[in-house]
Amino acid sequence: MTHQDTAQQQRADWAEAAVAEHDTGHDAGYPPHAAAGTEHSSREQLVLERIDRARRARPRVREKLITLAHGAGGKASQSLIEAIFLNAFRNPLLEPLEDAATLTAGDTRLAFTTDSYVVSPLFFPGGDIGDLAVNGTVNDLAVSGARPAHLSAGFILEEGFPVEDLRRIVASMAKAAAAAGVSIVTGDTKVVQRGKADGCFITTAGVGLVTDGLTLGVATARPGDAVIVSGPVGDHGITVMLARGELDIDADLVSDTAPVHELVRGLLDAVGPDVRAMRDATRGGVATILNEVAKAAGVAVAIDEDAVPVRAEVRGACELLGIDPLYVACEGRIVAIVDPGAADAAVAALQAHPLGAGATVVGHVAEDPPGLVLLKTGFGGTRIIDLLVGDPLPRIC
Amino acid sequence: MRFVDEYRDAERARALAAKIASLCEPGRRYKFMEVCGGHTHTIYKHGLEDYLPESISLVHGPGCPVCVIPMGRVDDAIALAEQPDVIMTSFGDMMRVPGGRGSFFDSSAAGTDIRMVYSPLDALKIARQNPDKHVIFMAIGMETTAPSTAMTVLRAAAEGIENFSIFCNHVMIVPAIKAILDSPDLRLDGFIGPGHVSTVIGCRPYEFIPAEYGKPIVTAGFEPLDILQSVYMLLEQLAQGRCEVENQYGRVVPWDGNTVALRAVSEVMELRPYFEWRGLGFISHSALQVRERYAAFDAERHFTLPGVRVADPKACQCGEVLKGVLKPWECKVFGTACTPEMPIGTCMVSSEGACAAYYNFGRFSRQRVREVSIEASRA
Repeated sequence: MTHQDTAQQQRADWAEAAVAEHDTGHDAGYPPHAAAGTEHSSREQLVLERIDRARRARPRVREKLITLAHGAGGKASQSLIEAIFLNAFRNPLLEPLEDAATLTAGDTRLAFTTDSYVVSPLFFPGGDIGDLAVNGTVNDLAVSGARPAHLSAGFILEEGFPVEDLRRIVASMAKAAAAAGVSIVTGDTKVVQRGKADGCFITTAGVGLVTDGLTLGVATARPGDAVIVSGPVGDHGITVMLARGELDIDADLVSDTAPVHELVRGLLDAVGPDVRAMRDATRGGVATILNEVAKAAGVAVAIDEDAVPVRAEVRGACELLGIDPLYVACEGRIVAIVDPGAADAAVAALQAHPLGAGATVVGHVAEDPPGLVLLKTGFGGTRIIDLLVGDPLPRIC
Repeated sequence: MRFVDEYRDAERARALAAKIASLCEPGRRYKFMEVCGGHTHTIYKHGLEDYLPESISLVHGPGCPVCVIPMGRVDDAIALAEQPDVIMTSFGDMMRVPGGRGSFFDSSAAGTDIRMVYSPLDALKIARQNPDKHVIFMAIGMETTAPSTAMTVLRAAAEGIENFSIFCNHVMIVPAIKAILDSPDLRLDGFIGPGHVSTVIGCRPYEFIPAEYGKPIVTAGFEPLDILQSVYMLLEQLAQGRCEVENQYGRVVPWDGNTVALRAVSEVMELRPYFEWRGLGFISHSALQVRERYAAFDAERHFTLPGVRVADPKACQCGEVLKGVLKPWECKVFGTACTPEMPIGTCMVSSEGACAAYYNFGRFSRQRVREVSIEASRA
């Protein structure tokens, strides 16, 4: 065959550039080939250290255009936030990149957060974009240790959107706000031409009062701490995915969307000073939160796959779709990092609330290897759990 | 979960691991290639190597459909997507596969209409719903997915749908296995044969492997116990001095394959004289194209393709990884210039790619991971 000789041939400039950028010369004695006679495992170790250095390098956005991956909650989102937003807005309150910023106004400590909602479909079993928009912001405040107080609501509506649907959405927002004990005190509305949005997008912001004097944050996790989840994971993401009807899979599932402020209050009342951090496991799921803990605190997080509660329906759907439930979004589940001595009391306090009935310890924080999340698989093997690259389930919140 | 948990039972795995260890000859090293990317994924996802003695190494083979798509083919597909009034569709795995000018994701961000589908029939549905557009399905995959593509073309023909075509990139695993066996730089002791491909082609096409090359092959399922058992069966063959094709995946794989599926494929498609595999180069009679009689459904005949070959960067060692000559971490750009976020090589793209599986699940000294995770998840 002479095809390979005669065919026109080009180079992929972007790939050559990427290689050149990393080829800084210090690899002259590149381990796998140059270090003949070196033990296999130590050669592998050298490579892994080199990768670790590459990973710690400052995040960059190389793409010229925004792609869906930038909104997926995984590595691309993280690069976008750190390289574009944090870079431009950098200040001590934003820098920890927690679910809410904690600020002081006079003698009062406040938690302040915002979130946008673009879920498709707008209505799904167990909820709709309205209660999601209230609960999501309430939960970001609650897991920051605050008592949620006031919310704002901004609407971007598409020309032609049924008023009846808007009524339904707003009614669920009012109901969710009442259930969470918050009031929606300010708002904004914009209407864009048909085709310039998808029905209805909502942005909410919220403030809450921080009264416990606690300093919570994923960076405070210490080796030995227990990792607790408050119930079965992945219900919301899978419910919304199936509600789109693209997959022809039916399951008896409803979204877990719920305000967790009372659940969190119970936990803080019981073991407040022993709680290092809480997060609500939304986009990117439990796995993403654990990676944030490992990175921020410079610790390892080790999880026992068998201990992670997952409903059979969610597991089944995840198997069919080739997704790991640890990455699937929840909207009413929290992950708490707690001092080991208080783990039992923390689980008991969570279980005392209906939303936390399935609370359980799923793993522990360890010292080494820093920055990695490890999983003991149900099969009895081990592997790491990394940040997700692309989102298998876009627009679930 | 029924039909899954049985095949992931840790106690059975321990028992099987003990039997595997007892079959290993002291001082001998074994190298088995799992041909299929699905197996690679299972091995890493479940941490299966923890059950194998150090003397057994699993070498990852070329059976990951998106991993073997050369950059020039991706550029061709993007050129198709850029034609006026075209909707391009493909499996989700394809979205991030890099071409010389970027990926489907990049092309979509730049304004083309590229949609992810779960089945070629979904693409046909999109064609029915958009009669004023031409819908192209980028068909990828080995013998496993070729029948569903063929059935979709037959359906489109039966319904007289005129705005639908496929961009056929189906490849065949047997010529690739042969290319690997003919490659001088690899010494293998046996193959873990592809499970899903075999549901279509059966086990007979592998008979040349023991007959002509003297290597045993065991067709295996995709659960971790399936793979452990197939390792055991390979060792047993070697210990007993046998060398044959065995079928571990009998619950799904009939010895003679699925004749209905094979008939559909051969009705719609025929062998290409040659096809370029990423990293492996041109392999004769290793891929399928649409037959003349279904030309109406062939995107390559409908449109003019650039057909430009894009050379892999010199540093990219996908070929060696696909042939099992290098472990993923031995590639020069692994984890630095080439990562799942910005893959240069296709092995880093698909969850079935050896590099992505290793990077996402196994990127650490096994010994340390094991110590820490077992200690820390205790209690």
